[in-house]
Amino acid sequence: MAGDVREAVDAVYRSDSRRVLATLIRLLGDFDLAEEALHDAFTAALERWPRDGLPANPRAWLVSTGRFKAIDGIRRRARFDASLTRVADRLDAAGDAPEQDDQEVEDDRLRLIFTCCHPALPPDAQVALTLREVCGLTTEEIAHAFLSTPPTVAQRIVRAKAKIRDARIPYQLPSRDDLPRRLDTVLHVIYLVFNEGYSASSGGTLTRRDLSGEAIRLGRLLIELLPEPEAIGLLGLMLLHESRRPARTSAEGELVLLVDQDRSLWNQEQIAEGVALVERALSSRRFGPYTLQAAIAAVHAEAPTAPATDWAQIVGLYDVLARADPSPVVALNRAAAVAMRDGPLAGLALIDAILARGELEDYHLAHSARADLCRRLGRTGEARSSYERALALAQQAPERRFLQRRLDELRS
Amino acid sequence: MKYLCLIYDEEKKVAAMSKSESDAFMGEYFAFTDAIRKSGHYIGGEALQPVQTATTVRLRNGKLSTTDGPFAETKEQLGGFYFIDARDLNDAIQVASRIPSARTGSVEVRPVVEFNQT
Repeated sequence: MAGDVREAVDAVYRSDSRRVLATLIRLLGDFDLAEEALHDAFTAALERWPRDGLPANPRAWLVSTGRFKAIDGIRRRARFDASLTRVADRLDAAGDAPEQDDQEVEDDRLRLIFTCCHPALPPDAQVALTLREVCGLTTEEIAHAFLSTPPTVAQRIVRAKAKIRDARIPYQLPSRDDLPRRLDTVLHVIYLVFNEGYSASSGGTLTRRDLSGEAIRLGRLLIELLPEPEAIGLLGLMLLHESRRPARTSAEGELVLLVDQDRSLWNQEQIAEGVALVERALSSRRFGPYTLQAAIAAVHAEAPTAPATDWAQIVGLYDVLARADPSPVVALNRAAAVAMRDGPLAGLALIDAILARGELEDYHLAHSARADLCRRLGRTGEARSSYERALALAQQAPERRFLQRRLDELRS
Repeated sequence: MKYLCLIYDEEKKVAAMSKSESDAFMGEYFAFTDAIRKSGHYIGGEALQPVQTATTVRLRNGKLSTTDGPFAETKEQLGGFYFIDARDLNDAIQVASRIPSARTGSVEVRPVVEFNQT
């Protein structure tokens, strides 16, 4: 029996601890106090639920118990610091939250997401805080995922919480006027987490699946709470990228380019879900860059082979994307698509123009894309020097090995 | 909660404004100040003389040193400030974003330490 209750507490922890935390932060007005209260509430549950049985609404029980324990703790400390009495009185007067409706619970979760991703916090702190508070990852897990050390991550989180408290970043949903800008920051954080997992910025392995999975879970949570077109588009984009994961690396851990991938390895379930999300986002007519990138990924996903890809449609989507969100990287990807539609010479002219503007001089993929087109045109010398430049700039071991292989092929 | 909004602008750009441009800019400042007085945000605010009028003072080992100008050369210079009372950082950011120099330079929003706070 005791074992069953233990399991029940664990299950509630997994399903609801983040919801309870989100509400406790609102009720107590402080992240650290809320985390301590969450811990105390679950400790109390382990003691009392075996004796008294499971409460009818475990989540409400945990919120109420956590809040009570926090106020009680402040009152005890107030014996040494009289000013804390005021804090405890204020929290007490704010009242309990016995019967929260579902909408309120959801709003608390959104408040937590928007506060962790507040633009006044530095980007690496937004990422660390979101993974810690919204996803419930430990400091060690975050440090491991970002090839950092636990003390560094812990310090980032401590500083972010101090700024939330000292600069008084409110625990609020953004106003309607602010929503698009604030949502952008949240989407950016989610996409950063995804990309860190999908294509680690440095190190020996190409992918860190756990982090991508976490980003997809965050994306699902966000559209459940706030089904904005770009949030839907981002989830679609992540699923469509993720669907190619089994084909992206060979059994030996080597990089396989999109055109060379074994498409039978692509995850059809993720593709179907991703495509449906893209269509939903596009039909809103309020979509942006994430949806457009997802639409491009969907065209790739639906092509039976690389040559059979609808390159004209991809170029067209890049044209729209370049207007919505102009960047040198978008221009580079568009050039690669033009090369597939109109031949390598047309693509090379575009890439050379981008490089001539000096914008992507230090971006290894610009040089490897140029090298690839030169190779296809039989301009071996030019291809070699571009591969060498790309190799000098590339950081990841599998990418470096890929470039080295291409260089070796040109020499033989 | 009180916040100090430090206004940084390129003095050269401001100095290079024509009479009509600078009148319009000042007009915007007057209108903004009026607006935040009405909304109850305003506590105080001043414009500063240009950086070449500044003197930096340091006392080291009891020895006074006064030097010309600010401590560091930067592209933008501190040109003025508003001292405001805002509900929270979002409210303060909203006020700061309406300072005319936010469009041309930048505004640093700093919460004030409240020593009686616990």
